[in-house]
Amino acid sequence: MKKNILIVGANSDVAQSLARLRAENGHNLWLTGRSLEALEPIVSDLRVRCQVEALPFIYDAESTVPEDLLLALPGLPDEVHVAFGYLGNPNGIDQASEASRIMTVNFTAAVLLMNSLMHSFIQAKKQAVMVGISSVAGDRGRKSNFLYGSAKAGFSAYLDGLRNFGYAHGIHVVTLKPGFIRSKMTAGLPLPGPLTATPQQVAKAIEKAVRKRKGRVYVLPIWQAIMLVIRTIPDFIFKKMNL
Amino acid sequence: MNSKTSVSNWGNYPHIQADFKPWPLPVNPPKIARGMGRCYGDSALAENIVDTRSLNHFLDFDSNSGLLTVQAGVTFDEILQVFVPRGWFLPVTPGTRFVTAGGALASDVHGKNHHKDGSFSDHVVWFELHTASGQNLRCSRSENAELFYLSLGGMGLTGIILSLAFYLKPIETAFIRQHTVRCENLDDTMAGLESYGNWTNSVAWLDCMAGGKAFGRSILMLGESAKLPELSPKQAQNPLKIHSTKGIPFPIDMPSFTLNRFTVQAFNQVYFHKHPKGSQDSVVHYEPFYYPLDKVLGWNRIYGKRGFTQYQLVIPHQDARKGLQEVLELLAKRRMSSFLTVLKIFGEQPENYLRFPKAGFTLTLDFGISSSLWPFLNELDQVVEQYGGRLYLTKDVRMSADFLRRTYPMAHRFIDKLKELDPEGSFRSLQSERLALHS
Repeated sequence: MKKNILIVGANSDVAQSLARLRAENGHNLWLTGRSLEALEPIVSDLRVRCQVEALPFIYDAESTVPEDLLLALPGLPDEVHVAFGYLGNPNGIDQASEASRIMTVNFTAAVLLMNSLMHSFIQAKKQAVMVGISSVAGDRGRKSNFLYGSAKAGFSAYLDGLRNFGYAHGIHVVTLKPGFIRSKMTAGLPLPGPLTATPQQVAKAIEKAVRKRKGRVYVLPIWQAIMLVIRTIPDFIFKKMNL
Repeated sequence: MNSKTSVSNWGNYPHIQADFKPWPLPVNPPKIARGMGRCYGDSALAENIVDTRSLNHFLDFDSNSGLLTVQAGVTFDEILQVFVPRGWFLPVTPGTRFVTAGGALASDVHGKNHHKDGSFSDHVVWFELHTASGQNLRCSRSENAELFYLSLGGMGLTGIILSLAFYLKPIETAFIRQHTVRCENLDDTMAGLESYGNWTNSVAWLDCMAGGKAFGRSILMLGESAKLPELSPKQAQNPLKIHSTKGIPFPIDMPSFTLNRFTVQAFNQVYFHKHPKGSQDSVVHYEPFYYPLDKVLGWNRIYGKRGFTQYQLVIPHQDARKGLQEVLELLAKRRMSSFLTVLKIFGEQPENYLRFPKAGFTLTLDFGISSSLWPFLNELDQVVEQYGGRLYLTKDVRMSADFLRRTYPMAHRFIDKLKELDPEGSFRSLQSERLALHS
């Protein structure tokens, strides 16, 4: 069946790989970003390469009301991916606006949007799949990025609850936790090879999670082990560590 | 974020440390655009490099005319994967599909069909160029025409090509009707290339090691896009089959002595005699026909860590016979060997700044890097110049600034116009510095 797939935050390398993979599967793509100009080559690429319908929509996590996005769409999607995020400045505790932006984008906006979508799905009695791209950073707060990590922790908890809530309505929710990803966000950073996924690997993991109706998914299995260790370190030791 | 990356092009020589960032991240001038790095020498190398592989989107396709618009970092490999199944092929392709469309334009690549279809630039309708002033300009034969012509084969020195539109050509099948002719000496080879000029594709693999009566012997390969009825039943099951996307990685850097006169001679002997006397016909897929070496990923490692260079020359028809003979004789005299030696005919092409092709014979030789190579290539230069020839910049790693000026009649005008457009010289490569193109 040909699906209509909404990807919110379609500009990232991961989102673009995901869109490509889903278009290659023959599905139509609805992509959002903060500027139509930036989305244009991405939707054109899907149309030319995969001969599917691809449409661009404006959505800014900091300013767009979810209802406005839903009104702009041609209908309700069959599959939703909330793929936007903002890493921000990890040392931003003295910058209120930075901390607020990290919370708003990674948590508040994502929650409001998914609430709105869930509500619409239930009202329309539509069985859909919703994917939230969270992060391993949310598994335990660390000094190197705890603002981002705490927002993602909140988002992960929200997705757990939403999955539980949606179950009765036939709506499945996936929590995806990528570790390091080789992308334009991390270009030039020395990332550890075995722990770093390519955007294509992330896209495949998402597709598989949707197909097999998985709940929580780590892209590279090794991250599950790493985060298990990190979570079990006693706090009196953890607080002294450089992580 | 300012860590340097070690980078070299296909010849693995030279190696440099560069600040290497994907478009559109800010990169300080002077800088140069780089795509797949399939040029052989020091083009597309500089202290600051803009990696154009992030420009990897298809933008438009008109299925009536075949006009394809892509961002500059889209590769020929991707274009084939998408369009062969729909019955379209590249208008011109070099011997590797691992090049970007932008690079193909900046290098003005040519293929086995040059004598019929010209080079890649001839099929480009327009492109968008990011210039020194930061503007993105659309350039075509009627719009910003000067920039358009300067950029064809312009080695990226006019700016960064962001997107381009060119015509694909329709194909009935993905297969090639191939005609192979064994030519017993140089006269035979050259006459063969000329007499089979009505074939769309032609190229001769030359045994540069053979002497005496067999001097200049070759295997001449001709090809025409196959029609459906020409396919075998098995081929006809999937007439628009794409190439295999899996390659065999070349395992290690071979020791530099792997390719020497004796191993090359042995290989040539075997390869030549694998082909029976006279001619043969077959129908083959486009992959072995156009891209025999792409099958082995990283085949450049056969030359070892020291790397290698290609020396591609063209000599106009009238003196081609004498010129080629002298080049090949010099090779034997200096006991040099070229593993892959290829001869083909270029068709007419109007003189255009730094574009390489002109009517005549073009010979490609490749050599492992060694200290004795440089004086030898200087000797070859003299022969090339004496017979009105010149060298291809995309392969070059060592020609002198003067030699370029003497052999490219429009080089001075290129330099003057470049200075006019971009007095600071914002786009520079190691090659453009060596050739003093900013003076």
